[in-house]
Amino acid sequence: MTRLWQRRFFPLFVLPTLLCYTLLFLVPLALGIYLSFCRFSTVDNATFVGFENYLKVFSSGDGFLRSMLFGLGFSILSVICVNLVALALALLLTRRVRGAGIFRSVFFMPNLIGGIVLGYVWNLLVNGILSNFGVDITYRASYGFLGLLTLNIWQLGGYMAVIYIAALLAVPKETLEASRIDGATPWQTLLFIKLPLILPSILICGFLTFTNAFKMFDQNLALTGGAPEGETMLPALNIFNTFYGRVGAQGIGQAKAVIFLIIVALFSSLQFIRRKEEEPLGKKNALANTLPAKK
Amino acid sequence: MERKMLSQIPFLRKNKEQLITLAILIPLALLFLFPVLLVLYNSFKGSVYISNEPFALPDKESFVGVANYLVGLKQSGFFGALFRSFFITVSSVLLLALASSMCAWFLHRMGGRVSRILLGVLIIGMVVPFQMVMYTTTFITGKLGLASVYGMPLLYLAFGASLSVFILSGFVKGIPVAVEEAATIDGCGVVRMFFGVVMPLLTPALITVSVLNAMWIWNDYLLPYLVLGSDNRTIPVAIQLSMTGAYGSTNLGGLMAMLIFSMIPIVIFYLFSQKYIIDGVSQGAVKG
Repeated sequence: MTRLWQRRFFPLFVLPTLLCYTLLFLVPLALGIYLSFCRFSTVDNATFVGFENYLKVFSSGDGFLRSMLFGLGFSILSVICVNLVALALALLLTRRVRGAGIFRSVFFMPNLIGGIVLGYVWNLLVNGILSNFGVDITYRASYGFLGLLTLNIWQLGGYMAVIYIAALLAVPKETLEASRIDGATPWQTLLFIKLPLILPSILICGFLTFTNAFKMFDQNLALTGGAPEGETMLPALNIFNTFYGRVGAQGIGQAKAVIFLIIVALFSSLQFIRRKEEEPLGKKNALANTLPAKK
Repeated sequence: MERKMLSQIPFLRKNKEQLITLAILIPLALLFLFPVLLVLYNSFKGSVYISNEPFALPDKESFVGVANYLVGLKQSGFFGALFRSFFITVSSVLLLALASSMCAWFLHRMGGRVSRILLGVLIIGMVVPFQMVMYTTTFITGKLGLASVYGMPLLYLAFGASLSVFILSGFVKGIPVAVEEAATIDGCGVVRMFFGVVMPLLTPALITVSVLNAMWIWNDYLLPYLVLGSDNRTIPVAIQLSMTGAYGSTNLGGLMAMLIFSMIPIVIFYLFSQKYIIDGVSQGAVKG
């Protein structure tokens, strides 16, 4: 393939994607970083103020730090609960039971539904239960926290189970056979053979669950909206409210977004580093390893 | 004694195992289905009954037929939202599939430093949370005059290109260069090569990518909300706004119907493309 070949068709093949990506993503990204150092209410009247916004993020006391801690706690608990449920589902579904495909579909179904819709579905459910005690989900922060956690388990459990099923099916039959002949109990097989062999998938799912939970927005908005008094706000919702709920705080919102970006990007890049060490997993897993959650 | 003998017959033992597994799986499946079923049967109840007794099945008193569905369709222009969501999802998914496969293939065949840099730059999109760019993207979209239903596909191309190009790259690498060289020797031009030789080979990957994109775009809330606002709502925006809008008390019955309306298309879609969704997920690709 000649050089000439490339130059002539580059505009047709690459430029449309590159142009959209640059104009609507890269430029806004750069502009966003710049604006985090500015005071502004629209982009046109931005004045450079240095690190003022960043200082205000931590001094203004509008709950950004709290939302970060809330998000951290929520994400860590999500990682543990979602993956325990997903592993249990995957182990059940790989027992060659009749209709396993139907069950898998049922467990996966919540992932088809959008976050806003899920939030209102659970709103009905949780408030229905709580109304027996004369309260609703906005009554106490712990209710909102548990509601979000249950929703997340329900949504991501089936998703992660699909990844675990693929991993469990890839465990060599000979190894399982050998362990059975050596007299290993089912628990021993699980703990000492299956789990170590699917460890890469466990790490992938752990990362995916963490980033998904930490970046959650739609479900948060629809289920609790941050109530009571912003105590159940995740970072994404806090940033959104700073941008669109407070006059003249756009600079602070943008500074928060940069901090949020750095944390999320750090976490995502951890996955890339891990992949390099973990290459001989087969192509499928290596690919999975590199894909952080979107948005 | 007899029981022991029976359990030694492999067929029966296997059956017993199956029964135990099923005994766990069936209640679990019902538990997973329950939230959706709850909305489904509440959608046939009057609003008062939904908020007072959400768990009660519809009975003679509370049953209102399809009245909620009629209310839901009229409420906050839901019919237009349905149409808009369809248009945006379909056109964005097609554009993404076409543009990102062309881009992925060309960059990989081009080789060299420029293409490596461009592919690297394209990856950035996967680690940047939307909150980082939501304000500035909305601003620039407005400046460029793209803040319309017709501009949305371009926005989704910008935000979806990273993941799509990335997944497709893996498959492009799998196409033997020999096939393309043979076509070149036979006098096949670049454009015809892509559409005649490469794209057919990429079809399975394209379907997987498209299915994942469709689920993301259909359900996306924030981007259409910020760009199109409340005048041109998509389904998720219509649902959210009808809950928080200036309508005073929300019509719960209408909301239930809207929730069901928003789920039906995606569930039908899933039934037809299940294999590709599961494939996409086990490859680690992630929904939006």
